[in-house]
Amino acid sequence: MYEGVIGQLIDQLGKLPGIGPKSAQRIAFHLIQSDRIEVEELVEVLRTVREKVKFCQICGNVSEEIECRICRDPRRDLSTICVVEESKDVVAIERTREFKGRYHVLGGAISPIDGIGPEQLRVKELLARLANTAIVEVIIATDPNLEGEATATYLARLIKPMGITISRLASGLPVGGDLEYADEVTLGRAFEGRRNLEF
Amino acid sequence: MALYRDQAVVLRTHKLGEADRIITLMTKSHGRLRAVAKGVRRTKSKFGARLEPASHVDIQLYVGKSLDIVVQVESIENYGDVISADYQKWTVAHAILEGGERFTNNEHEPATQQFLLITGALKALAHQSHDPLLILDAYLLRSLSIAGFAPSTADCSICGEIGPHKYFSLVGGGSVCPRCKPSASATPNPATLQLMGDLLSGNWNRADLSEVKSRREASGLVAAYLQWHLERGLKSLPYVERNVFTTESAI
Repeated sequence: MYEGVIGQLIDQLGKLPGIGPKSAQRIAFHLIQSDRIEVEELVEVLRTVREKVKFCQICGNVSEEIECRICRDPRRDLSTICVVEESKDVVAIERTREFKGRYHVLGGAISPIDGIGPEQLRVKELLARLANTAIVEVIIATDPNLEGEATATYLARLIKPMGITISRLASGLPVGGDLEYADEVTLGRAFEGRRNLEF
Repeated sequence: MALYRDQAVVLRTHKLGEADRIITLMTKSHGRLRAVAKGVRRTKSKFGARLEPASHVDIQLYVGKSLDIVVQVESIENYGDVISADYQKWTVAHAILEGGERFTNNEHEPATQQFLLITGALKALAHQSHDPLLILDAYLLRSLSIAGFAPSTADCSICGEIGPHKYFSLVGGGSVCPRCKPSASATPNPATLQLMGDLLSGNWNRADLSEVKSRREASGLVAAYLQWHLERGLKSLPYVERNVFTTESAI
């Protein structure tokens, strides 16, 4: 509909995830009407991100250095690895302040229907890490959906012969929710993973 | 607001926006369709867990502008938990679900037979009624049959001469006699063709007793036959776990 650079800008913005044609048009006009300095700052940040951000050589998390902040931190527990699907999951777990070990980012979950098998994920790298370092426990924190569960099953089967403790994040009722509204799958998982109350 | 209710199997899901998903369903009466399930990625979603792939659900939808919107979902059978706990079953289920998409050309075109095939295959898979690989091949052969491409496993598919025959041709439509055989015909073991016939007709007593060698050869023929008729194979088929698992063989 729009010609020239405005049309190009809308097309480019429309390629971003979650941005439809209307949103792309709204953002484009916001940028046109914005202060020149603000737009230049945005352009600079985009360029810097593309140039500087890479994947940590050890865990696969996004980082500006060869190794990410978590892998470089000597205070982290070297005996535990938490396996996650995406870098976003590292941030979510870090927010809990419960986990003191290191991470391994797989880069997704196994989904044959989308053409994603174990070869497309960082599974080889995980096995190499487990073979070369003194890891005691691997916590599998893939998403609690079927792809995540199947990936966890696959990894557990690979890691088990190495004699390393494998655990999976608990599934169950969300904090602040009502029991009556929980679906049977979630409630069933909560029952499976119930724990003793100790005083 | 036009509401409708149907039984459905979830074939696949796609993320949409912040917390929504597009769910591809194979319904009993309305064929294959895509619908938007709002907010299902949030942990407090009331029916997110019921809309995972391979779930058999009772679903209520309302007709939207482009895609229908999911209003309510109740579980009929949740095969996902059992299937995802076994990697081989999981890869087989994915091939079956992808088959459901590929064997139905248009959305909203009734495909009750395909729906019944998928639910039957998932049930057999979850309840471990037969070898998962046999279930997959039986599903694919019967889907081909519904689509009008049933391979002949005994009589000549070209002249109709009573079989069994020695040759099998993808182009010719299955078993072919020596007179009709096209140039690139395979010569499978007779037990393989018998197994394919058993899977097609549902003779499970005999299929369960078949040898591993015949099963492997039948799987190869089914995959090639499928690719020939669908023009491109199923993406998930190469990921189906066919060998006995060992850590070394995994990667």
